[in-house]
Amino acid sequence: MAANGAFGRVLVGVKRVIDYAVKVRVKPDKSGVETVNVKHSLNPFCEIAVEEAVRMKEAGLATEVVAVCVGPKKAQENIRSALAMGADRGIHIETDEEVAPLNVARILAEVAKAEEPSMFILGKQAIDDDSNQTGQLLGGFLGWPQGTMASKIEPVSDTAVHVTREIDGGLETLELSLPAVVTADLRLNKPRFAALPNIMKAKRKKIDAKTPADFGVDMASSLQTLEVNEPPVREAGIMVGSVDELVEKLKGDGLI
Amino acid sequence: ASALVIAEHDNSSLAKATRHAVSAAAAVAGSDPVAVLVAGSNCSAVADAAAAIDGVSQVLVVDAPEVEHPIAENLAAAAAAAVEAHGFGTVAAAATVSGKNVIPRIGALLNAQPISEVVEVVSEDTFVRPIYAGNALATVKSSDPVKLMTVRATNFDAAPADGGSADIVAMDAPDFPLADKVKFVSAELSQSDRPDLASAPVVVSGGRGLKSGENFAMLEKLADLLGGAMGASRAAVDEGMVNNALQIGQTGLIVAPDLYIAVGISGAIQHLAGMKDSKVIVAINKDAEAPIFSVADYGLEGDLFQIVPELTEKIAAIKSAA
Repeated sequence: MAANGAFGRVLVGVKRVIDYAVKVRVKPDKSGVETVNVKHSLNPFCEIAVEEAVRMKEAGLATEVVAVCVGPKKAQENIRSALAMGADRGIHIETDEEVAPLNVARILAEVAKAEEPSMFILGKQAIDDDSNQTGQLLGGFLGWPQGTMASKIEPVSDTAVHVTREIDGGLETLELSLPAVVTADLRLNKPRFAALPNIMKAKRKKIDAKTPADFGVDMASSLQTLEVNEPPVREAGIMVGSVDELVEKLKGDGLI
Repeated sequence: ASALVIAEHDNSSLAKATRHAVSAAAAVAGSDPVAVLVAGSNCSAVADAAAAIDGVSQVLVVDAPEVEHPIAENLAAAAAAAVEAHGFGTVAAAATVSGKNVIPRIGALLNAQPISEVVEVVSEDTFVRPIYAGNALATVKSSDPVKLMTVRATNFDAAPADGGSADIVAMDAPDFPLADKVKFVSAELSQSDRPDLASAPVVVSGGRGLKSGENFAMLEKLADLLGGAMGASRAAVDEGMVNNALQIGQTGLIVAPDLYIAVGISGAIQHLAGMKDSKVIVAINKDAEAPIFSVADYGLEGDLFQIVPELTEKIAAIKSAA
């Protein structure tokens, strides 16, 4: 087992996204979805990542948890949410550009080189662009092993962890040498609600302000969004009044 | 430019998802050839299966212990070596957990921005992909010299399993710089006699309305009668009623069976994203306002604990009479 504080620092990636409960609307000019006056939150998978890092600190495995965010000015609110959950400090790389996973991963890799964590935990995907890429790209840039879509992280020594992953049809366990990148799946944990005193305390925690240029990263992406459209609407079906009627319909369709 | 598809397999059989990825890759490659990369250990049966796929002109085989399991770090090294040796313009994999795990890793090696879950190929550099859990579709254009993508299997027909006679070419194993930093420990696959959820013709899915894991037995009876697979909503998984491997939705599996029966599922956006392309959708729910009814071909409002056994009984009667 890992000794006290053996994992040192843990970095966590956090992203500001449209709240999961909002019904998104495509803009009439097809340039994207409406974001003005729409509720935003910390990406749910990032919340799970923060929770896991904070639990590591509470268990004496990690010495410090740092929340790192690439995003607009308002993303400060979401970094504060991570701090209220128990992260120690934040790093905000401010940009109003679209945050392509490749560019975000380039920035996070530079942050990791400066902060030298034992582990970088991210959500497996952000619920806005649904890319599911940043952790893998980050691992690739750093040359660190990756444990994506993790449902369990178990230390096995001071220098290695077992990561159980949600794969198609079941679970897979990998042994990763530290430092490593891990991305959080749903069942890794249930994130806590920040208590009011912790929300107040979070206001005094430090957030470093940086820009992509500080890390030598240009935010222009090689993947350009040409247009965004509404998905085709499924034609409304009918309500049936009984099981018999349902069975007749399915028989008529040749399904039973 | 030619395209490379990363095969998904267990060293003995090729996953059907790979054939869907071949179709997508062929659409990107146009008149140029499509190759398949089989990286595994003692995987000649997989290479033979890949070579038989209609439309595949070459199968590259990396046979090495480092890729016995689909370890993303090692698989990415093999794919990058294949791109370097053969100059592919596209590398594609099915958008399975394994595909999503490896494609972005290659992105870091080739400095390319990957494209996730492609649902339509517009041209060699322009693709459509869902965002916001499928509530919007983005048309994106890539200027990367090598396009890396995962493709949603349900949106592309599977290339025929036979009809092809591709050359099988052994590749030297590349360097695996992370081989000693990531090791396979174990895998625990849920054993089931039912068809594979991702490709089953019928899916019977349960949600929070089932109230407990034990009650899923009722759905199993119906699924078995129809030769279908079992699925579940994220709510049912979150509450620990069933294993996450059954989860259908944005954060789980995407399915498009001929018949999808949603039982006690309200139809959250995240669930609809995973099943709304099914051919016929049946919804059984006690709440007439449940959003699932807005996508259902046939909705039946009522108590699932009465409806499901009655439905099972009546279908069984038809089957035994036939």
